[in-house]
Amino acid sequence: MKKMNKTTKNNAITYLMVIVIFAVVQTLSATGNLSRLLTGLLVPLCVYIIAAVSLNLVVGFSGELSLGHAGFMCLGAYSSALFSHIAADSIPSVPRFILAILIGAAVAGVFGILIGIPVLRLRGDYLAIVTLAFGEIIKNLINILYVGVDSNGIHVATDSTGYKLAAGGKQIMKGALGISGTATLYKDIKDYFFIIGTVLIFVTLFIVQNLVNSKSGRAIMASRDNRIAAESVGINVTKFKLMAFAVSAALAGVAGVLYSHNLAMLKVSVFDYNLSILVLVYVVLGGIGNIRGSIIATIILYALPELLRGFATYRMLIYAIVLILMMLFNWAPAARDWRSRVVEKIKGGNKNKEAA
Amino acid sequence: MAMLEVNGLSIQFGGLRAVDDFNMKIEKGQLYGLIGPNGAGKTTIFNLLTGVYKPTEGIIKLDGEDITGKSIIEINKIGIARTFQNIRLFKDMPVIDNVKVALHNDSKYKYSTVTGILKLPKYFKMEKAMNERALEILKVFDLDKEAYINAGNLPYGKQRKLEIARALATNPKLLLLDEPAAGMNPNETLELMETIRFVRDHFGVTILLIEHDMKLVGGICEELTVLNFGHMLVQGETSKVLSDPVVITAYLGE
Repeated sequence: MKKMNKTTKNNAITYLMVIVIFAVVQTLSATGNLSRLLTGLLVPLCVYIIAAVSLNLVVGFSGELSLGHAGFMCLGAYSSALFSHIAADSIPSVPRFILAILIGAAVAGVFGILIGIPVLRLRGDYLAIVTLAFGEIIKNLINILYVGVDSNGIHVATDSTGYKLAAGGKQIMKGALGISGTATLYKDIKDYFFIIGTVLIFVTLFIVQNLVNSKSGRAIMASRDNRIAAESVGINVTKFKLMAFAVSAALAGVAGVLYSHNLAMLKVSVFDYNLSILVLVYVVLGGIGNIRGSIIATIILYALPELLRGFATYRMLIYAIVLILMMLFNWAPAARDWRSRVVEKIKGGNKNKEAA
Repeated sequence: MAMLEVNGLSIQFGGLRAVDDFNMKIEKGQLYGLIGPNGAGKTTIFNLLTGVYKPTEGIIKLDGEDITGKSIIEINKIGIARTFQNIRLFKDMPVIDNVKVALHNDSKYKYSTVTGILKLPKYFKMEKAMNERALEILKVFDLDKEAYINAGNLPYGKQRKLEIARALATNPKLLLLDEPAAGMNPNETLELMETIRFVRDHFGVTILLIEHDMKLVGGICEELTVLNFGHMLVQGETSKVLSDPVVITAYLGE
């Protein structure tokens, strides 16, 4: 029973942390203490937090390395933006946005399953290789995709001269130029995007934490710890690795939706290999399998380069030093010993107080 | 009817016939030993019985049901659970969760993933029932006090016991123990013998074990099969087998 309370408490702390950060930011912004630059960073920050927490499900709990998280974000971003443009005149903005989120999640999730089925049956680093390739393929595919809509329906082509739109039709996806004007479709709710982002973080946390603490979550972690032993007690390892991967992909799709709808210009070039690595860095430095750590690391590492703009040339140097320090703090044996000693001291102190 | 019946079991790895025409019959509720020198093929037989390897030839029947060629997962569901020679626990998970993982397919504790994510009332009910059952099993092995520490942090002897507890949680008809006393001191071995006997009586399970410790084998096994170079050497009552000159030669040489 004690352990139950511990995990529940742990989850509650994570939710509370998000609420406190949200409240602080809202107060700062309401009192005018937040610069325009920082305000502009808030929604992307939500995007990266959702991406990092969802990637942690694969890397931390399922024990597989995925290097294609940007690919799933990309799928979510483009499919939902496409939907928003097509449905712009027929559905009011709030239900349209909700539908866009669901579509982004579904498309990314389905691709997660399609990629996971062949790859997750294999052991070893195949997933890393395949997801790496997947991310690049998706990026290049969307790079040449042209989509337009007119009274005759939706037209798709792989070059700019592929179709002729009837009068009154509009070009939505323009190859390398991407999709423009998605944010303007949501003018009336644009100011609430940070709140929506926070809610989506909550949804992500809710799904990931509850999944991890459920029966299926235990099966996922057992498959990570020892594949043969998991099978010997009747766990279908492939199924549960696939489940973790698909859920993670769907949530990355949600991150993509938020990203694309916050931008006036959506270009596919941002969803490159570097983005996948960036999110992976957040997960690793925050602590593999540590959800709260992913959030903290994302906030620090995302905000840092922006806050350091004053240092101009030394900016990336300081960023690198912080990366190294965080890695040492989280992973060096000496630092871990020190941390566990501190934790024990605090616990011991409490016990002594209770005794007295 | 016999609990386990193995007929003409063989497996070929390239040019090596690791197990050749192996036969065995274990009655329900028996404590049966499989012994033999290193490399005789004992663990290979375990791997054949549990579906890790598919036999080249032969038939395996559990409680009358043909399980030859079935997958590890199916065979576990039908009723064989095992422990491993080199301990394979879920090290980064608490002791109690190691047992709860093994309750996964138990229809008494079934709930869907969606129920788990939404934390519906059924989730709490089932988790509570699972906790109770897991603690009950852990108590048999005197592990209930360590239920919430990570399995990897348990001392060696207790890790071995936890593996048995985990295997039992799948509610098997036949329990396979691969060198349960390996690395234990004489006192721990003695205690383990008591535990194995208790498990057989308490859980009503048939036990087949591989062991090198002759004191343990002689002390608890009712019947033995001796294996040498993939062939069955001698089979029969423990006391007779252990005094058989052929067995002594196989172990000690001419």
